[in-house]
Amino acid sequence: MNAADTTWMLMATALVLLMTPALAFFYGGLVRSKNALNTMMMSFVALGCVGVAWPLLGFSLAFGPGTPLLGDLSAVLLRGVGLDPAAGATFPRLLFCSYQGTFAIITAALISGAIVERMRFLPYVAFIAIWSLAVYSTVAHWVWGGGWLARLGALDFAGGTVVHITAASAALVAALMIGPRKDFARHAVLPHNVPFTLLGAGLLWFGWFGFNGGSALAVNGAAVLAFCNTLMAPSVTLLVWVALDLGRTGKVTAAGGATAIVVGLVAITPAAGYVSPLSAMAIGALVAFPSHYAISYRSRTRLDDSLDVVAAHGVGGVTGALLTGVFAQKAWGAPVDGLLFGNARLLLIQAIAVAATIGFTVAATGALLKVVALFAALTSSPAEQGQGLDISQHGEEAYTSGDGALLLLSETLPRKSALLVPTEGGAR
Amino acid sequence: MKLIVAVIRPEKLTEVLEALYRLDVQGLTASRVQGHGGELERVETYRGTTVKMELSEKVRLEIGVSDHFVERTVRAILDSAHTGEVGDGKVFVLPVEKVYRIRTGEEDRNAVTPVGVDSHRDPALVQ
Repeated sequence: MNAADTTWMLMATALVLLMTPALAFFYGGLVRSKNALNTMMMSFVALGCVGVAWPLLGFSLAFGPGTPLLGDLSAVLLRGVGLDPAAGATFPRLLFCSYQGTFAIITAALISGAIVERMRFLPYVAFIAIWSLAVYSTVAHWVWGGGWLARLGALDFAGGTVVHITAASAALVAALMIGPRKDFARHAVLPHNVPFTLLGAGLLWFGWFGFNGGSALAVNGAAVLAFCNTLMAPSVTLLVWVALDLGRTGKVTAAGGATAIVVGLVAITPAAGYVSPLSAMAIGALVAFPSHYAISYRSRTRLDDSLDVVAAHGVGGVTGALLTGVFAQKAWGAPVDGLLFGNARLLLIQAIAVAATIGFTVAATGALLKVVALFAALTSSPAEQGQGLDISQHGEEAYTSGDGALLLLSETLPRKSALLVPTEGGAR
Repeated sequence: MKLIVAVIRPEKLTEVLEALYRLDVQGLTASRVQGHGGELERVETYRGTTVKMELSEKVRLEIGVSDHFVERTVRAILDSAHTGEVGDGKVFVLPVEKVYRIRTGEEDRNAVTPVGVDSHRDPALVQ
């Protein structure tokens, strides 16, 4: 066991965990105030349901030896996952399991951006819990668990394919199957708190240093390279996005800037430890164009991918995965060179990995939502959407003064009990 | 002249505004208010504190209109703010003694007629 590696992986695990609350703020700011709590809870609840599903079963399905298509049940209920490092590793296997668990959590939470403001909460919880086992664990095994994409030679340093392309493919299917919000394309639906979104983007960036830097699974050159590329690529994306915003409307938007940071982070994720810093900056610049275009194009379609998961994580993830096949460089630690350095085959392998991931995720997510829909309606009624999902799903409001609220002394009392005491300001 | 005061559901505001704009009713004031109109009480829980929310979020619109505009304005609000559930709101029509437009000092009907419409010549506006 290596003390430096263990220390860094402990820190990286905490950093990646922070990304899920950060995502809650990023998404929460982009919805209407009547859905703010529901949207944020869709991220937070992943900490619960995926956080439990992962150590009990998901980790084994992803990282058990199994077959090239799926892991096995050898590490179910954390069997053999203790304080000793796995063969070839330098820190405890339990820490590796926890670190990977934070990835599973945020991947499931990312999907929620496509179905906010209308999906019912409990079917959502069931959906992402099962999705993390059936879909995330499978693709994680393909790429990181010794599965067929790893054997094929597909490169995904920190999860461009495993995290972002799976989440975006699932988001696309979910948005189509759950249907648009009742107000979609009829009324303007505006973000209620863009400062929350900026806060979320900033915290996501901070956490992403653990996501990419920690994916080296050691304190070494690859960790430093991934860490520094995580700083440089999104900076360029932000600048290019600013220029694109200027060209389109003549003004630089804050919600656009926050989105740009995420898009840059998504794109550099698969390449982080395999490309030179200048290549990272090129990736950051290039990804801005398709994602910026996808966001403007999507709003003119009938697809209610409410918070643009497909444009940010799908288009950004695919662009990053393919550009990894272009810019990967042995001189900077990649196992093979990319197209730019004379190896066109890597780009082909990357394209296969992207296509297989999208194909499997779309089919499996569609089937899973069909099954969940057998047990519960997926979509809230128009009346519930009108009232807001905070009240209809959670019985809470994000922004309430409490004026006029009557304290119910005990829930065991009948609802119509006379023992209702007005609170301060509750005069009637 | 009348002052139309409408208390409506917040989620219906866009539809009401669209209906009013189609009628060329352009001058209005909107405020967020809380009210109680006999709708079912909502029970909410905050960390073990369970409360009955007596007041619901509403939007109050205030619109000053000439007499001949009153009925169609009210009709537009009734149609566009309607869901059929308890809590759709109310429309009040109040007499108005005097109206001034601050910018020009115009009074009464001229003051509530949108800029660009000649209230004396437009046949549609003559009673």
